[in-house]
Amino acid sequence: MDGAHDMGGVPWTDPVRPEPNEPPFHAEWERRAFAITLAMGMPGGWNIDMSRFARENRPPPDYLSKSYFEIWLAGLERLMAERGLVAPDEVAAGHALHPAKPVTRTLSAEGVAAMLHRGGPTEREPAGPARFAVGDGVRARMINPPTHTRLPRYVRGHVGTIAAVRGCHVFPDSNARGAGEDPQWLYTVAFDGLEIWGKESDPALEITVDAWEPYLEPA
Amino acid sequence: MSEHHHHDHDHSDLSDTELRVRALETILTEKGYVDPAALDLLIETYESKVGPRNGARVVARAWTDPAYRARLLTDGTPAIAELGYAGRQGEHIVALENTAELHNMVVCTLCSCYPWPVLGLPPVWYKSAPYRSKAVKDPRGVLRDFGFEIPATTKIRVWDSTAEIRYVVLPMRPEGTEGWNEERLAELVTRDSMIGTGLPKQPHEVG
Repeated sequence: MDGAHDMGGVPWTDPVRPEPNEPPFHAEWERRAFAITLAMGMPGGWNIDMSRFARENRPPPDYLSKSYFEIWLAGLERLMAERGLVAPDEVAAGHALHPAKPVTRTLSAEGVAAMLHRGGPTEREPAGPARFAVGDGVRARMINPPTHTRLPRYVRGHVGTIAAVRGCHVFPDSNARGAGEDPQWLYTVAFDGLEIWGKESDPALEITVDAWEPYLEPA
Repeated sequence: MSEHHHHDHDHSDLSDTELRVRALETILTEKGYVDPAALDLLIETYESKVGPRNGARVVARAWTDPAYRARLLTDGTPAIAELGYAGRQGEHIVALENTAELHNMVVCTLCSCYPWPVLGLPPVWYKSAPYRSKAVKDPRGVLRDFGFEIPATTKIRVWDSTAEIRYVVLPMRPEGTEGWNEERLAELVTRDSMIGTGLPKQPHEVG
């Protein structure tokens, strides 16, 4: 979807402000929000693409007014509400009001290390050969799906070159909708700064994005 | 995104967000969906075990062992796993070599993709609107925000992490470190130098 999360190239006057010796969390609630989000992945049963869509699919003023972990929290609440795991009246009351829905798995303390070590690899066996090879010219398609996509707006319609073939990976546009993994070839595509930003661009700039085959057409 | 600087409050002054998180954790625990001990362990893992010291060891190894460097640049994931770092948000890692001719910088314009096993959780600035918007358009401006510049003739390649490939920069080894061992070299490797928004420390900075 087109949304405020898709920030590449959007004019932003504030400078980047690094914080010296920054800690991973800035408040106790951030620690807990982070941990419940990771832990709920198992009983919740959603995938990473569904999580990303639950976070980004909100009106720009809402997205932009929330801090990073507030967005995580809002996304988690939405995923849980959609599946009937936690109802809004329970959040308001501060405790459970309805019986727990049966879940297949939960995360125990003993299972944490294995869960993190396993991660969620996305590479799959390809069903067919890759359409493009390193060095091929490609154009990023002009698409504006209302659903989740990982093709940033700033490259759409522009011509780049295949810089690497990364294997066949779970396709987020399908996976986020619960329509299956539909694995697709994934490429790193390099774009010249001048192609993306025009003659004002830094002439020594190159940008790469990782793009699945359905995002690309021959150029 | 706004970057509120939240502070720990006492019970009489809990924000809506703090109350909401507390409510959620209570509900999830009451329903048996989460185990509070697992939550504590998740937090402890990313506060004290997984962080940029991991990546610094990878870089220092690559600086001292040419065969390792070659393996790292050919296929990052197994090379990094040799040092024991693997898993969530680092399932497919690609290492990017900085040279005098090419400076690499990593961003995720769409969210916050970042190689957790080697760098830990991303800093606030990495997830912020200014970085996500500016990195792909004016990376030299970003470097100035970080307080340094690279020569105008040095090419900049910005890697937008739009899929599950995670990128980590292999910075150039500082001059004047001939004969240093891995442990000592690792002290020079900063988190930002592995994102491409910084350079490694110079020998005199670590004494």
